[in-house]
Amino acid sequence: MARYLSKKILIYAITFFLAVTLNFIIPRLMPGDPIQSLVSRFAVMEGGTEILERQLILLFNLDEPLIVQYFNYWKSIFTGDFGISIMQFPSPVTEIIKKAIIYDILLLVPATILSWIVGNKLGAFSGVNKKADNVLMPIFYFLTSSPYFWLAGVVSFFLGVKLNFFPISGAYSVSMVPGFNWPFIVDYLKHWFLPFLSIFLVELGGWAIGMRNMIIYERSSNYSRYMGALGASDKLIRSYGFRNGVLPQVTGLALRIAGIIGGAITVETVFNYPGLGRIMLNSVLNQDYFLLQGIFLAIVIMALVANFLIDIIYMFIDPRVRLSFTGEV
Amino acid sequence: MAKDFWKKHENLYYAITNKKVIFGMVIFTLVVLLAIFGPMFSPYEYDEYAGDPYSPPSRQHLFGTNIMGNDVFTMTVYGLRTTLLVGFIAGTIATIIGCIVGFLAGYYGGSWFDEILMGLTNIFVVIPQLALLIILSAFLEVRGILVMSIIVSITAWPWLARAVRAQTLSLRNQEYVNLSRISSLKVSRILREDIASNMFSYIFMSYILQFNGTMLATVQLEFLGLGPTKGISLGLVMQNAVNWNAIQLGMWWWAIIPGLILTIMITALYFVNTGLDAAFNPRLREM
Repeated sequence: MARYLSKKILIYAITFFLAVTLNFIIPRLMPGDPIQSLVSRFAVMEGGTEILERQLILLFNLDEPLIVQYFNYWKSIFTGDFGISIMQFPSPVTEIIKKAIIYDILLLVPATILSWIVGNKLGAFSGVNKKADNVLMPIFYFLTSSPYFWLAGVVSFFLGVKLNFFPISGAYSVSMVPGFNWPFIVDYLKHWFLPFLSIFLVELGGWAIGMRNMIIYERSSNYSRYMGALGASDKLIRSYGFRNGVLPQVTGLALRIAGIIGGAITVETVFNYPGLGRIMLNSVLNQDYFLLQGIFLAIVIMALVANFLIDIIYMFIDPRVRLSFTGEV
Repeated sequence: MAKDFWKKHENLYYAITNKKVIFGMVIFTLVVLLAIFGPMFSPYEYDEYAGDPYSPPSRQHLFGTNIMGNDVFTMTVYGLRTTLLVGFIAGTIATIIGCIVGFLAGYYGGSWFDEILMGLTNIFVVIPQLALLIILSAFLEVRGILVMSIIVSITAWPWLARAVRAQTLSLRNQEYVNLSRISSLKVSRILREDIASNMFSYIFMSYILQFNGTMLATVQLEFLGLGPTKGISLGLVMQNAVNWNAIQLGMWWWAIIPGLILTIMITALYFVNTGLDAAFNPRLREM
């Protein structure tokens, strides 16, 4: 139990360490000297030279030996100083990330959880109903084969442009002032729905396929047949199969988190949604390396936290792990 | 003669007579043919002014034209070529890496070597691929098809390595593997002849899934403008469509068709995969 968790935590710590190191190494290895281009771009901004000097000392320290640069980089990470953005000069990178990450969390968490629940239910239904299976399976395969951004384009074309049900750009109307009041929340939800739907649908397909296969597999297993021979109802057998099938699906959730976060980056681009993905892309196009690196770390941390939460949940729902924890086995 | 052959290769018989496999292979072949021969049938270049902008699909322009008057069909088939090629190379590399890591980790299961390999794999599982790819691509100013493939494959192998390791672990303690081991055969030979050959169908199916995954990753990168720096790709066509508001302007032939072809192709490959699964796995075959 403690071993299970400590091993996971070790992996996460190493991942974080590598992500930071990667952030440190890449700009130093890549051709084209991105640092030089930073210098020239900051120089034309008002007060840019002083800020840049401080930044370069902090983040690069180019005259110091590499190892010292590396330690300084870590120091700046722990003080939460990722530098100043060029794109939104002179806001600090941390500030920009803080503003954007809320949109991501409010988009990703519901989409992931709901698609997982609905997908499992639909998959289990499809697994025991041959007729429904013939119709649903191709749909599931189609959904899971769609690139996130393409499906985003499809839903925004049909639901947004053709039927005009939902707005297809931004996180709230331009005329709105963000605040905690009803008109804003309704407006926000309207803008939120289509990006949510795109991620939800793509994920739904994958979960349904997984659960369908699990249910078919479980139903042909010996314990199911034995229960059937004893006269247990179909419903009871199915519910046992479902319980066994859910465990690999939770593990699958941990594997998918990284993919979902990646997909969200492209979906946000389609809907011009001001989450981390959209800003990350803008920072690439504008060669805003400080912002790019800051967002990369933020996304990695997001993925690590999500994985850690799933590990904990898994411990509680898997009876084998849970019982070994309380010492019953 | 023929009868003997099929008796020996029963699985193959089930595979090529499976409806899903046939259906999927036909569609997949059609799309591949489109990518290979499509450019020859198109009278236009992908970047030339081919006709009136904004025209919906017609006889002259199968998929219509975009806002600049380029022929969308031509762009799609050229783009498909690039995207398929990158996805194919990346999928192949990722499958090879995944198998090698999986075999070694599984064969030496429980040792420190296994722990290290799996630790590495788990790290790659946790890091969001697309974010990593963005950061790698952003600093690489010139990206060719091979560089793209390598970038994509770096993040595509981990799940396969885990799956192959699990399979290898279960095969490792079989009698015949033990026999090979006490005959002091080389590890590489045991892995090749005793373990890999028994997992051939599984690896082949994983290869299909791997190809699907790398195609999706490739097209996502291209869509973000981080694809090959030269030429055109499917993701780039779709990126332009979004950037020029094709969706708002109702130009579905530009915004939706190119992606639809890719999605249909990947769906078809999933069908092949499911069909093969049923053919190779007698337990599912009964269904």
